[in-house]
Amino acid sequence: MSEQGHHAAAVSPVEQRVAALEALLTERGLVPEGFIEEITRRYESEIGPMNGAKVVARAWADPEYKQRLLADGTAAIAELGFGGAEGDHMVVVENTPAVHNVIVCTLCSCYPWPTLGLPPAWYKDPPYRARMVRESRALLAEMGCPLPGDVEIRVWDSSAEVRYLVLPQRPPGTEGMTEAELAGLITRDSMIGVARL
Amino acid sequence: MDGIHDLGGVQGLGPVVHSPVEPVFPERWQAVARALMEVVAGAVEASGGEFRHSIERMEPGHYLTSSYYEHWLTAAASLAVEHGLVTRAELEARAGGRFPLSGPVLAPPVVDAGPDVGEARFGVGDRVRVRQWHPPGHTRCPGYVRGKAGAVVRVDGTHSVPDVEAHGTARRYEPTYSVRFDAADLWQDGQRGVWVHVDLWHSYLERS
Repeated sequence: MSEQGHHAAAVSPVEQRVAALEALLTERGLVPEGFIEEITRRYESEIGPMNGAKVVARAWADPEYKQRLLADGTAAIAELGFGGAEGDHMVVVENTPAVHNVIVCTLCSCYPWPTLGLPPAWYKDPPYRARMVRESRALLAEMGCPLPGDVEIRVWDSSAEVRYLVLPQRPPGTEGMTEAELAGLITRDSMIGVARL
Repeated sequence: MDGIHDLGGVQGLGPVVHSPVEPVFPERWQAVARALMEVVAGAVEASGGEFRHSIERMEPGHYLTSSYYEHWLTAAASLAVEHGLVTRAELEARAGGRFPLSGPVLAPPVVDAGPDVGEARFGVGDRVRVRQWHPPGHTRCPGYVRGKAGAVVRVDGTHSVPDVEAHGTARRYEPTYSVRFDAADLWQDGQRGVWVHVDLWHSYLERS
């Protein structure tokens, strides 16, 4: 680390490869002006777990919405204005005192972009993908989510077109809260199913 | 293909390096790589299956030691070369060094996709068994459930079969089913109360 300043201007091999592909595609007229900036802006500011938190908070606050959400996730999520790529076929799975749900994609990194944004690095890396289907109880405990032995675990491997969202349990003591306040309690990890609230 | 991407159940990979919150793109090149994949996929009209397969064909050592967006970069560059948008020599000249690309497609092109399956032929509660097979091309049938029996818990609509769309312009549509497997059956390790659900296309399944 002491040499960090010395090497600050160095460009890594992967950065050189990205720059090479970007330059060649741009010269061929294939990269529209501002395209890269626009994609980056969308995923950094508009699409993220704050959207999923609104869905969960609405479900906690409105029992009829919750019913619609569990019956047809895609349509109920669209009521709040969220949808599109990697969210066209949504299934919402509900945690209860007896059942805990968790999502994974063993073959790549499928994830519900419109409600949770782009997946975190650990969700895409090999250990999570390998282990969640094989030793879910141990891995959840390792990740800070120990479950009593009598709680059933349901792992959902997103191997086809459906994308999953976990509906966490509403924490006790939140009865008087507004929907916005509730949304503030809901973490990305609780909607993946690697944390409880 | 029986590639390194098919990670369900693989052991020895170490701990999950978990963080509760992180930047969407910790480094700018990651955002650029992500955008360039969309550029290339659009330009060559790659299906979802062809896109995923271009990542799966990465050399296994490279796949395991590179990050997600390096996978996207490698896949984007590979598709760009394979479809004639750029050459490998151009990429390496510009990058000033080696530019690793994905390996060749091992499966023959699909010319005849076969008939669609318009209606679900399994219902909720039906016992099914996953085919024990080793297709050389792209598939979304994870290795860890092949040959295993489970129960259908949900029937979804019909979707383009990835095994077909990854290997040409032909398409076949089939229902997908969410199939529930007892983790104890998958791993023979005495687990209790753990159910693993995998979404599978009709042609991956047989009645059990």
